[in-house]
Amino acid sequence: MLSTLAMSVPADSNWINFDVPALIQNFWSATFDGLTFGAIYALVALGYTLVYGVLNLINFAHSEVFIVGCYGVFFTLSFLGFGPSVPNLDFWSIVLNLVLALVVAMVASALTAFVVERVAYKPLRKRNAPRLVFLITAIGVSFSIQYLIFLWRGPNPEVALTMFRPTPIFDVFGTIIDSQQLVIVLAAVVMMVFTDQFISRSRTGRGIRAVAQDPDTATLMGVNKERIIITTFIIGGLLAGAAALFYVMRIPSGVQYSGGFVLGVKAFAAAVLGGIGNVRGALLGGLLLGLIGNYGQILLGSSQWTDVVAFVVLVLVLLVRPEGILGTSLGRSKA
Amino acid sequence: MSMVDGPTPLPGAKASQAAEDREAAKSGPGTSADAPRGGMFKSFGARWNALPRQQQWAWLTIVVVLAYLLPVINPPLISTEPGNNFALACFDMARFALIAVGLNVVIGYAGLLDLGYVAFFAVGSYTAAMLTSPDSTFLKIPYLWTVPVAMAVAMFFGVVLGVPTLRLRGDYLAIVTLGFGEIVRLLATLIPAMNGQVGFQNVGHPPGLEADGTPIFSNANGTPWYWLVLTVLIIVLLLAGNLERSRVGRAWIAIREDEDAAEIMGVPTFKYKVWAFAIGAGVGGLSGALFAGQVGFVNNQKFDVVTSILFVAAVVLGGAGNKVGAVLGGALVSYIPLRFTAIAEYKYLIFGVALVLIMIFRSQGLLPARQRLLAYGRLAYNRVAASGKGGTPPSGGAPGTATSTEAGA
Amino acid sequence: MSTTEPEMAPENERGRSSDAPEIDEAMMAEQGIDMEVAEAVAPDREIAVEVGDKLVEVQNLTIKFGGLVALDNVSFDIKRGEILGLIGPNGAGKTTCFNAMTGVYKPTSGKILLEGTSIGGQKQHKITRMGLARTFQNIRLFGEMTALENVVVGLDARHRTSVGGALLRLPRHIREEKSAIERGMALLEFVGVADHAATLSRHLSYGHQRRLEIARALATDPKVLCLDEPAAGFNPAEKEDLMALIRTIRGDGYTVLLIEHDMKLVMGVTDRIVVLEFGKKIADGIPSAIREDPRVVAAYLGEPEDDVA
Repeated sequence: MLSTLAMSVPADSNWINFDVPALIQNFWSATFDGLTFGAIYALVALGYTLVYGVLNLINFAHSEVFIVGCYGVFFTLSFLGFGPSVPNLDFWSIVLNLVLALVVAMVASALTAFVVERVAYKPLRKRNAPRLVFLITAIGVSFSIQYLIFLWRGPNPEVALTMFRPTPIFDVFGTIIDSQQLVIVLAAVVMMVFTDQFISRSRTGRGIRAVAQDPDTATLMGVNKERIIITTFIIGGLLAGAAALFYVMRIPSGVQYSGGFVLGVKAFAAAVLGGIGNVRGALLGGLLLGLIGNYGQILLGSSQWTDVVAFVVLVLVLLVRPEGILGTSLGRSKA
Repeated sequence: MSMVDGPTPLPGAKASQAAEDREAAKSGPGTSADAPRGGMFKSFGARWNALPRQQQWAWLTIVVVLAYLLPVINPPLISTEPGNNFALACFDMARFALIAVGLNVVIGYAGLLDLGYVAFFAVGSYTAAMLTSPDSTFLKIPYLWTVPVAMAVAMFFGVVLGVPTLRLRGDYLAIVTLGFGEIVRLLATLIPAMNGQVGFQNVGHPPGLEADGTPIFSNANGTPWYWLVLTVLIIVLLLAGNLERSRVGRAWIAIREDEDAAEIMGVPTFKYKVWAFAIGAGVGGLSGALFAGQVGFVNNQKFDVVTSILFVAAVVLGGAGNKVGAVLGGALVSYIPLRFTAIAEYKYLIFGVALVLIMIFRSQGLLPARQRLLAYGRLAYNRVAASGKGGTPPSGGAPGTATSTEAGA
Repeated sequence: MSTTEPEMAPENERGRSSDAPEIDEAMMAEQGIDMEVAEAVAPDREIAVEVGDKLVEVQNLTIKFGGLVALDNVSFDIKRGEILGLIGPNGAGKTTCFNAMTGVYKPTSGKILLEGTSIGGQKQHKITRMGLARTFQNIRLFGEMTALENVVVGLDARHRTSVGGALLRLPRHIREEKSAIERGMALLEFVGVADHAATLSRHLSYGHQRRLEIARALATDPKVLCLDEPAAGFNPAEKEDLMALIRTIRGDGYTVLLIEHDMKLVMGVTDRIVVLEFGKKIADGIPSAIREDPRVVAAYLGEPEDDVA
C-alpha cells in the first residue's frame, strides 16, 4: 500500500522530492539513529528548559555552552592520542579516556554557563532590565563566543576523532543496533532520569521548582534565588557537556565553530515540542524530534533537511499546541 | 550607566560621526523635549526641538543635499578608498540604514526580537532575481516591478511566520525567526529550482543608458544605486514617521511598554504585532530586491544567518525605537568594516561584543531619542509650556520609585 | 437591611431607594450636578441614590483554577449611573472577579452581561470597546510615553484609522489626530494632570500616575469604569481628592465599579456595596446597611475597628 503511495509521487520535481521507498527500506535504522540523535538533543534541550523555567529566558548562549564542551572533548582526546583511526587500546583504557573527556567537557561547559550567567545576565537582573534586553544580550553572547572560536580555530571542522569502533550488539527487525547507539541512548536516559529525580527530590531541586513557579514567593520563603539560578545554569552546562561527548562520538567531524548553533535550534525545538520548562518533556521532545528529523532526512534525501524539518515541527507545535506535549510548567510538573 | 562611564563600543565611531550625522538627521525631528540622560546627543535633540519649523526644514534640506552629494564629494578622511570604492560603500551604508529602519519597526517600536531578518532580505533578493535573471524559469518582468512584488512576497512570509508565533510570548518569535533565517538559506541550497550555489546571474536593474551606451545602473557604478536607495530610504523614513505619529505607532510603543495593559486599553495587540512584523518584513524584502539589482548575482552564500545579528546590532547600536538612530546604526555597522579594513575580519566579534556591552551598560543606544507619537503633539505641548507650569520633567527617575508627597493636585 | 439572599438584595435596595426623599437630587445626580449632595452625605452615605437599569449583570459567575474555587456562583448587578463598591478581605476574589469582567480570565461557568451582551470569552480589547475600562492596582502606564500620549492610546480605542490611512495621512487620520489632542488635553485637565501633559509618565509623581490611569481609562469612553484600588498608597488628603474625582466622574454620567480596601473611602463614595468572602457573595446593599451587617463585620473581624466603620 505504501509503495503505491510512493508511485503516485512524481519521481523528479524541480522543488522537493519525496523518496518514500528509501524511507520504507531504511525505516528501522532511521528509527534507531533518530533515537540516538534524539537523546543528544534531549540533553541539550534540558539546559534550555531549566533556564527557561527559572528565568523565563531563551538562553541563546546555551548552544555555545554545548560547543565549548565539544572542544573540551576534542582537545582532551587529541591530547590522549586519539585520531581519525580506531584507537589501538583495550576496552578499559578506552572507557577511562572517555570518562576523562566527559569530565573535562562537563566542567568546560558548566564553567562557560557560569561565566555567561555572571558576566552577562546577572547585571541585567540586578537592574531589572526588560525582556528584550535579556534576549538581545543572550544572542550577543552566543554570537561573541561563536566568533571567538571562529577567530581561534578557523572556519573548518576539527579533525575527526574516532573513539571506538561501533560494534553490532542487537539485531532488531533485521537492523543492527551498534554499541555507540546503545551507549549514547543508555547514558543519556540515565542522566535524564537522574536529573529528573534531582529536580523532584533534592532540596536544591525543590528550590529550582519554587523559583520557577514564583520567584518572589520563593525568595520570601527563604530560597536563595541567586544560588538557584546559578545552580540551574551549571546543571544545564553539565548536561550540555555530556551531550558534547556523545555528539562528537556520533558526528566526529561536527566540532566546528558553528556546530552549536545548528544543534541549539534543534534542541530548543525539542524543548518546545515536549513542553518548555518541563524536564520530562525535554526527553520526550528530544527523542521525537530525533525521529522526525531522521525520517524527514531520508524521505527528502539530504541530511540538511533535518534542520528544516525540526523548524517546521517547531512552528507547527507553536501553531497547534504551544504548551508542548507535556505542558510547560517546571514548577507544576510532578510536585 | 551614564554617558561618562559607558563604553565607547566602537573604535573610530567618532571619526565617522560627522558623516553619519548628516544622514542621521535627515529624517526629521526625532527627539522629544524629554530625552533623559542623552549625553552629548541630548543637547543636540533639545536644541533641535527648540528650533522653529522653518529652520528645521532648512537644515533638513541642507543635510539631504549633502547626503546626496556624499559620493561626489568623496571627503578625504571619511572616504573608504583606497580599500573600498566609496560610492559602493555609500550604497552599502544606505542599504544597511534602510534595513535598520525596517527592523527598527519590529524591534524598536513593537519590541519584538526578529533574529532572522536576513531571511526577508533573502526572500526579496530571490524574488527580484527569479523574476529577472535569465537563469530562472519563471516569467520575467521589468526589474522595477519586482520591487513591489518582492515587498509583497516578503510580507507574505512575515505574516505566515508571524501568525502562529505572535499569539505567544515574544521570545518564541526570536527563536522562530532565528530558525527561519537558517531555513531560507538551506532551502535555497536544497530546492533545485533555487539554483543553490550556482545562483542567478544577470539580475535586472532599472532602465537607462549612459551616453556611451553602458547602463546607468551597472554593478560597478555605485552612485546611481546610492541615490536610488537613499531616495527609497527617505520615503520609507517619511512613511515610518507617519506611522509613528499615529494610532499605529502608539499601539506599537504601548505593546512594547506593557502588552497586557495595551490590550486592556483597547489595542488589538495581536493585529498590530503582525502588522509590525509584516511591515518590517516588507522593508527587508525591499532592501533585498535593491541589493539583488546592484550586485546582479544572487546565490545561497549571500544570506548567512549571522548577518541578521549585524542587523540587530545596527538597530541596537543607534538606539532601538529611534529611526534616526537606526539610520546611524545601520550606516555605522556597514561603514566601520569598510573604512577600517584592518579590523574587517573581526567585525562579527566586534559587533557581537558591542551588543552585549550596549545592553549591559547603555541599553538606550548611542542616540537615546524618544519618538514623538502624536501628529499634532507640538500644538498641545507648546500650550502647556506657554502656561508656564509644565516644568521640565525630573530626569533619571526610575519607574515606581517616585513617591507622592503632594496632595494630588 | 441587607439580606443574606443574594437575589433579594437588589430588590430590597431598590425598595428603599424609592421610599427615600432624595429622589430628585438623585435624578440630578445623573445629570451631573450630584457633587453637593454627595459631599453632604459623605463620608457615610445614609441614603440610596436612585439609579438606572442594569448595565452589567454578573450571573452565577464561577471561576476555578485547577481545584481551587476562586469565585463560587457570584451574582450581582451594576446599575447605570451608580458607584458600586466591591469589597472583601484579602483573597476574597475581588480581583479575580474584576479580571473575569475585563476578560483576563475566562469564567468556568456563569455569565457576565454588558447591556445584555455577554462579554465572557471575548478578547480583552473588544471588551474595552464594548464599554468596560479599568485601571490597575499596581500602576501600569506606558512609561516611555508622555501623559498625553498615554491618554491618546485610550482614545485610539474609538478611532477608526487603518494602517494604510495612517501611512498616507488620509483625512480621517488627520481629523482623529486633531480631535485626540483636544480630547486628551481635556481629560488631563479633568483629572488635574494637564500641566504635565508633556512629561513621560514614568517621571510623574505617584499621585499623578494614579490620576493619569483614570484619565486613560476614561479616554476609552467606557460605559463602566472599573477602578482597582485607586487609593492604594494615598494619604488621607489625597484620598479626599480622589473621592471628589470619583464623584465628578459619576456626575459626568459614568458608571463606576470600585474595588477598594479602604473602608472610609468605600463608605464615603459608593451608592451600593457588594461584599465577597472566600469567593462567595455575603452581602449586597447600601453602605449604611453593609456597615451593620453582622456577616460583613465578622468577615472583617480582626481588622482595626475604624477600618470597618
